[in-house]
Amino acid sequence: MIELDNIAYSYGGGELLSDVTLKLAPGSFHFLTGPSGSGKTTFMKLCYGALTPTAGHVHLFGKNVREMSRDDHAMTRRQIGVVHQDCQFLDHLPLRENVALPLTVSGRDSLEQHSNLKELLTWVGLGHRAGALPPELSGGERQRAALARAVIMSPEIVLADEPTGNVDWEMSQRLLQLLVELNRMGKTILIATHDLNLIRSAKHHVQARVLRISGRKLQLAGADL
Amino acid sequence: MSRGLRLSALVMGDAQADRIVPPTGFTARLTLFAAGAMAFLTVFALALSLASGRLATRWGDELAQSSTLRISAPAEQKEAQTAAALAVLDSTPGIASARALSPDEQAALLAPWFGADLPIDTLPIPQLIEIVETEEGYDAAGLRLRLQAEVPAAVLDDHTRWRRPLERAASRLRLLGWVSILLIGGATAAMITLAANAALAANSQVISVLRLIGAQDDYIASAFVRRFTLRALTGALAGTVLGALAIFLLPSAQEEGGFLTGLGFEGAGWVSLILIPGLAAVVAYFATRAAARKTLSELT
Repeated sequence: MIELDNIAYSYGGGELLSDVTLKLAPGSFHFLTGPSGSGKTTFMKLCYGALTPTAGHVHLFGKNVREMSRDDHAMTRRQIGVVHQDCQFLDHLPLRENVALPLTVSGRDSLEQHSNLKELLTWVGLGHRAGALPPELSGGERQRAALARAVIMSPEIVLADEPTGNVDWEMSQRLLQLLVELNRMGKTILIATHDLNLIRSAKHHVQARVLRISGRKLQLAGADL
Repeated sequence: MSRGLRLSALVMGDAQADRIVPPTGFTARLTLFAAGAMAFLTVFALALSLASGRLATRWGDELAQSSTLRISAPAEQKEAQTAAALAVLDSTPGIASARALSPDEQAALLAPWFGADLPIDTLPIPQLIEIVETEEGYDAAGLRLRLQAEVPAAVLDDHTRWRRPLERAASRLRLLGWVSILLIGGATAAMITLAANAALAANSQVISVLRLIGAQDDYIASAFVRRFTLRALTGALAGTVLGALAIFLLPSAQEEGGFLTGLGFEGAGWVSLILIPGLAAVVAYFATRAAARKTLSELT
């Protein structure tokens, strides 16, 4: 699904990541942690092809990112749901249309769109906010909306970059529950977070592998977590 | 996407896709105004080209095969000199016919300047002979030499002296009209490109969100292309209607008015006006598409 083969990534003359190798197996659950500025977001972007490594290879669903056309990239992103900390929306469209955007751009018919959407908004607890504009939503609502948008195309993989960065503990637990539920449905989950408490709390619900970026390298985190 | 599907998507549109790009008042107004103003100017440039073309053709057709011989002799010699001149003309190869104008015809020619009541028979007016040439034409230099010897009072005017510069001027005017239309098209493309670039820059967040969720570049570009194409079409339609109305309201063509009152459209010329909004839309389509593709290819 996602394979990083001995990759490195340099930016502004400095190397941010080096010798990183990782293979995300289907249905697995991973946390990625590390201090601020360690390269977690860069790593996530490399995982969905938004960045190309300066050395090594990234394979998404068997295709080398370097050899993919722009259209290939777009099609691949429909199979990878992405949630950002600063979840971006189209502020002039109501929540229901924002969440349905992946269906709209992929040309799915509106009937299918309607049934998927209602179910999904109810699942993330935003059924009653479907008509609200993004600026009217709270931080937690925005994160849940971003998650709904990320999974509306039924992607195989969900990548969440600091999904709980702007929400309180209760909401972060709610979001974690949603991601665990997705994993139980067979989705592969990778969450980048600096919140070790979130990782510790997740251990009660799911068998997760914890990775840590330290000194430009990716390491398997030890029992100290 | 095939060309046919792309065209049908452009015309039919997609209500949801159209809503993806937020409405931007500034670029919308700029595009509408630019397309309208350019279409208005194009109507005039087109009218100028078509009128110049008609003028050049008319001058060419009316004067190309004719000449005039003027007999400026004393009254008692005029008739004899006219007969001698007609005899010379009859025997000149390349002349199909030659006839002396009647006093009434000569009076009619002078009427625009001196009025219809001119007592022509009391004035020392030269006798005019109208010459119609054959397809091959005659040797003007040779005829002048013969007339000099046999009819000293005759002056040959084969019209080339002033016809050619007029024809040349009309052709140049027509060319200038077409060059103006091309320049207007180029300026329209440039303005729409600027407006499209401004819209693309203002919507970088929209583009970033669409990229994140797997929108292909063609889809993103089409949202902008359709919008700008329709705006250009609407603006150009309004500009063309106003321009056509202005031309229609010009004073009608009259002999006295000369070229200026002949500026306008005749027959099928009016039909050519419907091409202007379509061409504006085509220019906007390609200008926005090129701008969108360039911008999208530069974004990571």
